[in-house]
Amino acid sequence: MSGAVGTDKLLTVEDLRVSFPTRTGVIEAVRGVSFTLGRERLGIVGESGSGKSQTGRAIMGLTPKHAKITAKTLNFAGRDLLSISDRERREIRGKRIGMVLQDPKYSLNPVSTIGRQIIETLKTHEKISTAEAKARTLAMLEAVQIRDPERVFSLYPHEVSGGMGQRVMIAMMLICGPELLIADEPTSALDVTVQLEVLGILDKLVAERGMGLIFVSHDLRLVSSFCDRVLVMYAGRVVEELPSADLSKAQHPYTQGLLNCLPTIGTDRHPLPVLDRKKEWAL
Amino acid sequence: MTTNVLSVKDMVVTFDEFIALDHVSVDVAQGESFGIVGESGSGKSTLLRAVAGLNTFSAGTLTINGQSYSGRSRSKDFYRTVQMVFQDPYGSLHPRQTVDRLLLEPLAIHGFDNVDQRIMRALDEVGLGSGFRFRYSHQLSGGQRQRVAIARALILEPKVLLLDEPTSALDASIQAEILNLLEQARKDRGLTFVMVSHDLGVISHMCERLAVMKSGKVVETVTADALESRAFSADYTRQLMTASEGFRRV
Repeated sequence: MSGAVGTDKLLTVEDLRVSFPTRTGVIEAVRGVSFTLGRERLGIVGESGSGKSQTGRAIMGLTPKHAKITAKTLNFAGRDLLSISDRERREIRGKRIGMVLQDPKYSLNPVSTIGRQIIETLKTHEKISTAEAKARTLAMLEAVQIRDPERVFSLYPHEVSGGMGQRVMIAMMLICGPELLIADEPTSALDVTVQLEVLGILDKLVAERGMGLIFVSHDLRLVSSFCDRVLVMYAGRVVEELPSADLSKAQHPYTQGLLNCLPTIGTDRHPLPVLDRKKEWAL
Repeated sequence: MTTNVLSVKDMVVTFDEFIALDHVSVDVAQGESFGIVGESGSGKSTLLRAVAGLNTFSAGTLTINGQSYSGRSRSKDFYRTVQMVFQDPYGSLHPRQTVDRLLLEPLAIHGFDNVDQRIMRALDEVGLGSGFRFRYSHQLSGGQRQRVAIARALILEPKVLLLDEPTSALDASIQAEILNLLEQARKDRGLTFVMVSHDLGVISHMCERLAVMKSGKVVETVTADALESRAFSADYTRQLMTASEGFRRV
């Protein structure tokens, strides 16, 4: 690996815009988002409709065909993601950029066994024998702390729990050794106690393999405890960018409001402070 | 001793071979706000649904306001006393009825008078103006829908409100608004709350006492103050507590 860890730019996004034409006019979901990412953990936080997921999807190349994406720069490891062909995109997607989605119930193929799905990813991107692919799959399942990989290998997604499903999803995304992982609400569909386990596994693997991580979530506290840096989005724009450690020093009233409105154990605030949305935030 | 408005003793709910509730006992005093926490599959929603008569229960007793109930049958009186708000505001409102129609139905069933006034007042109380009265639910945001659901529950002037994860489908800032609204309604009307949530923070904010559930059993019942000072005994409660504090790198 060249360059000092954390300084080489893996991804550069400059003035990214995603808009959806509808019958009632154009909806601008993302309106000029810019950031750079090295081999670090970046959190993108916002409420529903803030454009956080669409930002992640645009990088992955999963925006629906009818939407319009523009950007001054959308550069991944020296390649312009907007001008490359679909074929080149497919080579990057899954191999060099992985994406973990919210709910394993919907993001895994229900009619194929877990082992087959993971092997499929591997064989799409690498020329290896089935025996070797199986061995690597089992090793990967073990890496995400699945106790009995042989058994889980031959199960269907509906036969495993949510936490287990999400671990399978992580295994599938990491098996080709991507340089960048986009995790879109990876633990929101899981129970609180399982959440921490899955996050711990994700954290360990990202650190071990020196990947860049984009963690998209609505949960500001969770993101700040997990990531090095946080982007706060509102109405398609980044309203604030700050290191996680400085979250308490957030300047933007929206970030402050988001932090304050959460009920926590041990604080007695009745009524809870609510967010007073200002029009100028969305400008 | 205060009177219990809701009392569940040794309730058992089974779905075929699966035991969803295993001898659960819960007492809720008049005017109290009682919370139930647990992970999915712990039986917390099943308990609420069994109380509301949406599930049947095979053993145990249920007493509400001095009246006992069994199985799924509930008198009309019961629904005057007990109303429920559900988790998903997208699924709990009739998609082809206007807000007006939605609020009129419970009034018509229970033979209330002054329906016009009551509907206006109910909408007012949940912070929706009269401009929302003739809208359909698909024209409302998640938070607004949940307000309509709360209005529908409150319009019958019940004594007990069963809340099944009323804010877990909402954004954090909207959650704060809805929680404030519920607290205000409780204060104004002297309501009794039974609130189910997976979020320990929400429960400790809203409730004075809570039951921690796991695999169909009540692990322990503690007061919110005891939770704050960590004066609980069950290991599972500690796990939930740690989980609610967020991710920590080891």
